[in-house]
Amino acid sequence: MPELDDIDRRIIDRLQGGFPLCERPYAAAAESLGLEEGELIARLQSLLENKVLTRFGPMFQVERMGGAFVLAAMAVPEADWERVLAAVNALPAVAHNYRREHDFNMWFVLATETPAGIDAAVAAIEAATGLPVYAFPKEREYFVEMKLEARQ
Amino acid sequence: MMDELDRALVRATQAGLPLVPGPYEVLGREVGIPAGEVIARLQRMLETGVIRRIGAVPNHYAIGYTANGMSVWDVDEARIDQLGEQVGGLDFVTHCYRRPRRLPGWPYNLFAMVHGSSREEVLAKVEAIRALLGDACRGSDVLFSTRILKKTGLRLG
Repeated sequence: MPELDDIDRRIIDRLQGGFPLCERPYAAAAESLGLEEGELIARLQSLLENKVLTRFGPMFQVERMGGAFVLAAMAVPEADWERVLAAVNALPAVAHNYRREHDFNMWFVLATETPAGIDAAVAAIEAATGLPVYAFPKEREYFVEMKLEARQ
Repeated sequence: MMDELDRALVRATQAGLPLVPGPYEVLGREVGIPAGEVIARLQRMLETGVIRRIGAVPNHYAIGYTANGMSVWDVDEARIDQLGEQVGGLDFVTHCYRRPRRLPGWPYNLFAMVHGSSREEVLAKVEAIRALLGDACRGSDVLFSTRILKKTGLRLG
């Protein structure tokens, strides 16, 4: 795990949203963090390279674009894990995928441009893997705010 | 509503913003509009909620949240919406949704994601959710994640 210093932590904690929309946004963001523009860009570059950040940019809400975002799970036999994982991850519609401790041991999020795309993605995964996919579409969203303070 | 240029901007930024002093200018060249229009369009997408926010998306393992538990609950239908709002209001819950049950194997209809530095911390927080749900909850489980298998975010074709 890469070591983070105070400046990295400040960047992570304060730049999870609100990145400026102006001609020189890194300069504006850097100023509010007490940094130089070039230093902020270099730090972001290395945080991305070290995989401390998975992305730097806009977070989209697919439903507002007419698309769909659905959590789904599969119960994958251990002996078949690598084959199924490769087949699932190969699909561009699979945005996130996590291994979890349960009979349902693979949990992924499907993100598609249209609601019909979800059914197509589910069918494609079932055809490629030979295993059933259980979709858990959200019926109601009570809260979403994925902002966590850096602890390390 | 989004038009083709908005969609082109989504495609151009889904892997991330260019790490150069004038990122909106670079995006504008890519889709064929001036930087000012890129900014205006991103602003409008923020206002309409197409973009939730613009910034850093941390790998939560790398920033110290090595334990991530998806807590799932079988909650009385008549009370789930009121209780779901309360669970979502807890400061350690990052996502909270009502989802369909998949009987017989999956009786859970409330999902609340809890992050912490250890399993013990996550389990203590899960107990706080249990206390809040009280007798409206008939069963629960916590699914810890053991590996990120993929995390790319949205990919438009």
